Amino acid sequence: MPLKGTIVVNENLCKACELCVVACPQHVISLNKEIITPRGYHPAHLAEEGCTGCGTCALVCPEAAITVYREKRLIQGQEA
Amino acid sequence: MVAMDLSEMEVVYQHPHALVDMYTHFCPGCTHGVAHRLVAEVLDEMALSERTIGVASVGCSVFSYNYLNIDFVQAPHGRAPAMATGVKRVLPDHIVMTYQGDGDMISIGAGEIVAAAGRGENITVIFINNANYGMTGGQMAPTTLPGMKTSSSPNGRDVEQAGYPILACELLSTQQGASYIARRSLHDPKNIRMAKKAIRLAFETQVRGLGFSMVELLSTCPTNWHMTPVKAVKWLEEKMIPYYPLGDYKVHPTISELKV
Amino acid sequence: MARELWKGNEAFAEAAVRAGLQAYFGYPITPQTEALEYLSARMPELGRAFLQAESELGAINMVYGAACTGARVMTSTSSPGTSLMMEGLSYIAATEVPMVLVDVVRGGPGLGTIQPSQGDYNQIVHGGGHGDYHCIVLAPSTVQEAVDQVYEIFDLAEKYRSIGVILLDGTIGQMIEPAEMPPMREIRKEIPEWAVRGGTGSNKRVLTSVHLVPEDMEVLDLRLIKKWQEVEKNEVRFTEYYMDDAKIAVVGFGTAGRIALSAVRTARALGIPVGLIRPISLSPFPYQAIKEAAAQVDHILVVEMNSGMMLEDVMKVVKDSTNVEFYGRMGGIMPFPDEILSEIQRIASGTTPSDIHPRDRWLKRMESVVDF
Repeated sequence: MPLKGTIVVNENLCKACELCVVACPQHVISLNKEIITPRGYHPAHLAEEGCTGCGTCALVCPEAAITVYREKRLIQGQEA
Repeated sequence: MVAMDLSEMEVVYQHPHALVDMYTHFCPGCTHGVAHRLVAEVLDEMALSERTIGVASVGCSVFSYNYLNIDFVQAPHGRAPAMATGVKRVLPDHIVMTYQGDGDMISIGAGEIVAAAGRGENITVIFINNANYGMTGGQMAPTTLPGMKTSSSPNGRDVEQAGYPILACELLSTQQGASYIARRSLHDPKNIRMAKKAIRLAFETQVRGLGFSMVELLSTCPTNWHMTPVKAVKWLEEKMIPYYPLGDYKVHPTISELKV
Repeated sequence: MARELWKGNEAFAEAAVRAGLQAYFGYPITPQTEALEYLSARMPELGRAFLQAESELGAINMVYGAACTGARVMTSTSSPGTSLMMEGLSYIAATEVPMVLVDVVRGGPGLGTIQPSQGDYNQIVHGGGHGDYHCIVLAPSTVQEAVDQVYEIFDLAEKYRSIGVILLDGTIGQMIEPAEMPPMREIRKEIPEWAVRGGTGSNKRVLTSVHLVPEDMEVLDLRLIKKWQEVEKNEVRFTEYYMDDAKIAVVGFGTAGRIALSAVRTARALGIPVGLIRPISLSPFPYQAIKEAAAQVDHILVVEMNSGMMLEDVMKVVKDSTNVEFYGRMGGIMPFPDEILSEIQRIASGTTPSDIHPRDRWLKRMESVVDF
């Protein structure tokens, strides 16, 4: 089972270019039409479950607006 | 979306320290931002920020001094390699980088860049090739593709009249003083990873005192190309890469053996 | 230290070394090249930075970069090279980093001649580069003065975070005469507070000339002018000869001033009450000295190796009650003392006041001397 991940988008930096939306291998990022930032953008957000924390969105983000988190990987013999 | 307890998770990616946490003047989807981020990540990984001096240029690249969290000087149009030379010759133990666009580096600054490469000046040049003059509104640059429409080549670049694009990597790699010359692209995740590795190797070249290093980054300019950012990366892949082949144009043997 | 025979270009280069020069960037151009050649051996011998740049554009921007680190840095060139450096000078002035330029002036415009001239007065004293800025400009008339002024101007440039220029007529660069070298100073160890050195966060320093917000740019412009007022107050230099009872004042700088002194001495021997004012700081210009002289004398004769560039500055402060005359030679030709003496004699024998500009009257007189 793939690890679970999530992203936090800095809405002050995001310019809604959609590069992360297209790049996401899980197709779980979209622009959040519910929000308009002070600069007038619908920022990107994690819209659906399925994020694996792969970091691809952050890799293509020109604004360094995305922080990526992932479940800690369990190493054999160690407690969770 | 289900809320997750972030404190229980590991951070896979976060804003690099060497990149100032601020809103940039770049247009949405402009890959200048990716280039800045990659430079910052490399500075962080190599712990170079405290001894690096950047040289900003003229064009959309001008505000790199605001975005990268290192000391900066700002050069006249095209003169960044000369200014970097002045800094480096006085502070040889410091790391000196220029961040230049295509109009800056290979049009008005062609003399300075060729001379710096020829001298084997121990500096690192990050060269953004987006095939036009972005800051002034998308005029024809030395890198504009044949037939490409810009605000100063409205019928497409006519090579009979305006000549052919200048191939910076091909040109500079012929210089004996150049130790690391590579062309990468910022259009997709795989290529962005490869671009970062090239930037790392360019700085490794300088740290080792091996001479001139330059990474050309094919970059998008969605606004002046009149495309969405998503279309722009596709256009880059389909149109620019065939003209500007990606790859290593010159790699010093010490660097080619390096694992990063 | 003993007086030795020095060629002007090598002398000022050595003076710069002794002033603690840390880096030199230059490009060959006659009649300045000996300075570059001299430093190409001297600087590495002392473990200091020397680089022959790819062009004057390269050289001035290498200077710009080095200056941003707080190093004592200099370049030297000659007029066409100075024209190329104008862009860099404007940027450097806006960034307020100190540097020194020695401009060994030759005749222009264009590629011109390699013979001495004072044709760079306007491009150096009145800007040349874009925007509102001023350079501190000193003009020597002997090799010794060139040595002393180069030695001193680094301190001035640093005091005001400004550009210091030595406007050296080609004559002085090429001339060999006795000069005494000043003592060798230690290289400065401390880094100025504003200089880049590598730093992040609150220690990050940015040296730039870009201020896209007009209000910010205006603040810089105003501050530069205010700083210049201080320079004008403190750094005016000139020297006077035989001015106590003079009724005619000759005004000339550099070589023209030196030649004029010979003419003034001869004229004095002939009983003509003539003196000489030789501006040493061309910028800030000794307006007050000229003004005071104008109140004392009946005639002012401006002598230059150009078409009267300083003449305009003299005329700014001279009232109509004082007659102003001009004599110049151009294109690399230096006036003989006799030529200036003839002018003094002509004036002393009585000239009719005229509304015609002194330059126009001179040009008319030149028609009988040169066919043009």
